[in-house]
Amino acid sequence: MSKEPVAVVGIGQTKHVAARRDVSIAGLVREAARRALDDAELEWADVDAVVIGKAPDFFEGVMMPELYLADALGAVGKPMLRVHTAGSVGGSTALVAANLVAARVHSTVLTLAFEKQSESNAMWGLSLPIPFQQPLLAGAGGFFAPHVRAYMRRSGAPDTVGSLVAYKDRRNALKNPYAHLHEHDITLEKVQASPMLWDPIRYSETCPSSDGACAMVLTDRAGAARCAKPPAWMLGGAMRSEPTLFAGKDAVSPQAGKDCAADVYRQAGIADPRRDIDAVEMYVPFSWYEPMWLENLGFAEEGGGWKLTESGVTELDGDLPVNMSGGVLSTNPIGASGMIRFAEAALQVRGQAGEHQVDGARKVLGHAYGGGSQFFSMWLVGATAPDN
Amino acid sequence: MPEVLKAPLVVEFPFTRSLGPVQSAFLTGLRERVVLGVKTGDGRTLVPPVEYDPVTAEEIRDLVEVAPTGTVTTWAWNHEPRRGQPLGTPFAWVLVRLDGADTALLHALDAPGPEAVHTGMRVRIRWAGERVGAITDIACFEPYDGESAEPGGHDGTFEDAVHGIVAHARLDYTYSPGRAQTAYINALSSQRTFGERCPSCRKVYVPPRGACPTCGVATSEQVEVGPGGTVTTFCIVNIKAKNLDIEVPYVYAHIALDGAGLALHGRIGGIPYDQVRMGLRVEPVWSEGARYPDHYRPTGEPDADYDTYKELL
Amino acid sequence: MTRDIALVAFAQTDHRRTSEELSEVEMLMPVLHDVLGQTGLRTADIGFTCSGSSDYLAGRAFSFTLALDGVGAWPPISESHVEMDGAWALYEAWTKLLTGDADTALVYSYGKSSPGSVRDVLTRQLDPYYVAPLWPDSVALAALQAQALVDAGETDEPALAAVGARSRADAAAANPHAQLRGPVPQGDYLVRPLRTGDCPPIGDGAAAVILAAGERARELCERPAWIRGIDHRIEAHGLGVRDLTDSPSARLAAERAGAFERPVDTAELHAPFSSQEVVLRKALRLGDDVRVNPSGGALAANPIMAAGLIRIGEAAARIHRGESDRALAHATSGPCLQQNLVAVLEGDPR
Repeated sequence: MSKEPVAVVGIGQTKHVAARRDVSIAGLVREAARRALDDAELEWADVDAVVIGKAPDFFEGVMMPELYLADALGAVGKPMLRVHTAGSVGGSTALVAANLVAARVHSTVLTLAFEKQSESNAMWGLSLPIPFQQPLLAGAGGFFAPHVRAYMRRSGAPDTVGSLVAYKDRRNALKNPYAHLHEHDITLEKVQASPMLWDPIRYSETCPSSDGACAMVLTDRAGAARCAKPPAWMLGGAMRSEPTLFAGKDAVSPQAGKDCAADVYRQAGIADPRRDIDAVEMYVPFSWYEPMWLENLGFAEEGGGWKLTESGVTELDGDLPVNMSGGVLSTNPIGASGMIRFAEAALQVRGQAGEHQVDGARKVLGHAYGGGSQFFSMWLVGATAPDN
Repeated sequence: MPEVLKAPLVVEFPFTRSLGPVQSAFLTGLRERVVLGVKTGDGRTLVPPVEYDPVTAEEIRDLVEVAPTGTVTTWAWNHEPRRGQPLGTPFAWVLVRLDGADTALLHALDAPGPEAVHTGMRVRIRWAGERVGAITDIACFEPYDGESAEPGGHDGTFEDAVHGIVAHARLDYTYSPGRAQTAYINALSSQRTFGERCPSCRKVYVPPRGACPTCGVATSEQVEVGPGGTVTTFCIVNIKAKNLDIEVPYVYAHIALDGAGLALHGRIGGIPYDQVRMGLRVEPVWSEGARYPDHYRPTGEPDADYDTYKELL
Repeated sequence: MTRDIALVAFAQTDHRRTSEELSEVEMLMPVLHDVLGQTGLRTADIGFTCSGSSDYLAGRAFSFTLALDGVGAWPPISESHVEMDGAWALYEAWTKLLTGDADTALVYSYGKSSPGSVRDVLTRQLDPYYVAPLWPDSVALAALQAQALVDAGETDEPALAAVGARSRADAAAANPHAQLRGPVPQGDYLVRPLRTGDCPPIGDGAAAVILAAGERARELCERPAWIRGIDHRIEAHGLGVRDLTDSPSARLAAERAGAFERPVDTAELHAPFSSQEVVLRKALRLGDDVRVNPSGGALAANPIMAAGLIRIGEAAARIHRGESDRALAHATSGPCLQQNLVAVLEGDPR
């Protein structure tokens, strides 16, 4: 008994922007879903089930919005699942959908994640004043900045590394028509001169707040054979969770992230990720998380992640390009951000990433995380089907 | 066991919702006392008009006007209206199929009592006096025994269309933090900090949340920690956070109280912000009547060695 | 793919109007310990964990993250969460086991309705443009459905009263966890035609089950409740485009789950309102010979987000105890039965 191979045959995104005032929530998700179906050359009737993800319902003020979105996503009469695993949800949602194919429950599944942050102020949803609790003393960046300082202390990284990541990702975004931030006049000097918000994190090293959706069509071997365009094949996928806060937690390099990556590499037969993986789309909401995740995911030894960044290895034309799409630093519809990583990884191995395509990308990792650096979801996709 | 703490928690936001073309036309129409439906590919007219056919999933955009009169398809008598509902006096919830429509619209029906309402009865829209382009521009339905109104031929194109609504949503909760946090919070009122020790791994959790998250077992043994502690990591906050009356810049730090198994969060004062460092020894400073320490200040002790707190960041 | 998967343990809290003295994790943890204890498994032995809950019910974003503290997710675990009733968490876990990636799964869900006004909270599930601004509460919507059934001649008020009375009598006889046990007055109209007795109690509770595949299931449970089929379907969202007297999604899910291939002896239906049992009995083709809701069903205890998982757990528990050989379990979500899940469970021949 073996699992059915899972192929990505359709990918669709909206143009991510600060506020999509021209569409309803349904209109937003529909746009991504329709583009994914068009990419796969499929119709609504070809979809067996829909798996949707997003982060907290308070962001849009709709409880369990999949109930209202069933019609827009052609789910009427079909199974519809709603996943919520905090910031990692976009990745987890894709993995839940992939399991439906892998288990041979369904042949073709539409999976989608979204956030329409302009419907409210996302920070309200994150900072409801809970009685008796100590008020939050810093904004979102303040939650992450101490971990960045801990990383700098531990690794000895020079304090310029964060700006290098931001400069790279914003330039990459210029090659991605769907990215939210298109800063045509970006320079390294501008990044380094931007205000220090939560020292050591500068304004230009933080992510935007976006309206956006991302959808994928996943299918089985027979479904992939019917598609004209090349599929991306899932070679491994995993989720790992650890508690929010606990004695001995390593917030800089969480064990759950290491374990998740190791599981994916085991499934995909990856012995040396630095050698065997061609590119990575990783969830970097603050620029310093690139070197941190490079270590956590096994691309560098502990304390060495920043050296890859500093030496240009993670540039679009480097040896291990990271966030070719511009990443979360350039586009952040929170619930969708993880799925965008997964989808961008698939675009690369399909050779359809356009201007931000990495030549010859055969194996690309998609990575998402959320909560208090506690929920991880990852998949590795390849240009050729898994041999089993 | 002492009473658990309880307090009101109000979750209240205004949501700014963009509408998209079909909903924009429908709600603008209500403002103009025009009721629009949308035609499906197989010729049904859906009222209220939706953007996607519930049967075929096709995008539908073909707007047609229907009548402001219709027939009740089912109803329910609501003798105690709740906050936010269309009428403040007893009314019937109704699904109404407007003349010219194939589907029904949910709204309220103003009627003297349940005996005056039945399925199949004829009703018409009572328009709100002030209309802004929202479903509440229909004040309610009212009984109607006249002729069916003839719908006009409006095609859904309006000058000055509404493109969004602001939806206010308030929900009232009563929050209780549960047993473990109640004990912690009560102890804070005497300016003492109590954690709970895990019976399995022996780590001390501050604040306690009732379970050891790594062992998955209940914690109950009370352990006093602090008052001294060590800054394990921090950031310097340079932008004012909403609703926080603290002058920037200030230092937001992770502080491992002596005896605690993990760090909690606090502000560092009594020292220039740019002199705060990892390993700084601090103690709490309480202000009158506050539940939590106002901030933590240096004790003057030598800095802690990195190895003593590197697992408490 | 053929892999037999069974429920091998089920536990639930006592369901009460309020559990305010307990945080969510404090309420949930004993139930987790209970199912683990029944099987002798520890968290580290579990291959996959999946939960269901709702931020809106809790009034706090990311509320599920702290519930994870009760699991003991260390070393890190393979874990997921649905913002749905736990029945759908069970469905996700079932697919995970089908892939062969895991042999056991822990599924849990919990809901505290006591902190908020659940009738108002559930209005936030509705179309945010045309319906939610009118704040039609969950009882009102169920009452519209009930009146449609009365108009169609499918039921009447005495018949609805009998559903409520039977449910609470069954709970009194056989379900020590239920919130309403024994005679409950049919009461006054809440929203006519529904009376208080037609409506579920509002309360807090949690539930957990353990799934296991193949031989592992036989090792862990004397008489596993094998999942012969499980499927779920959703309908259009707008009440005005649906026939409220029928549940085509429940029927389709049942068909796909194989419910109609052979008769069941027991059905646990997630019908929070008496009138919804009428709809479901018809859609699921349950005759008078089928024992419906021997636990008392949602009319005896309805911890939102857990009540559907509890239906599956109760059906499985009857198989474990040898009181059923083939049972149907149903869960619902959304206004007026918009989304429905059906599982068919069987015990090995005795």
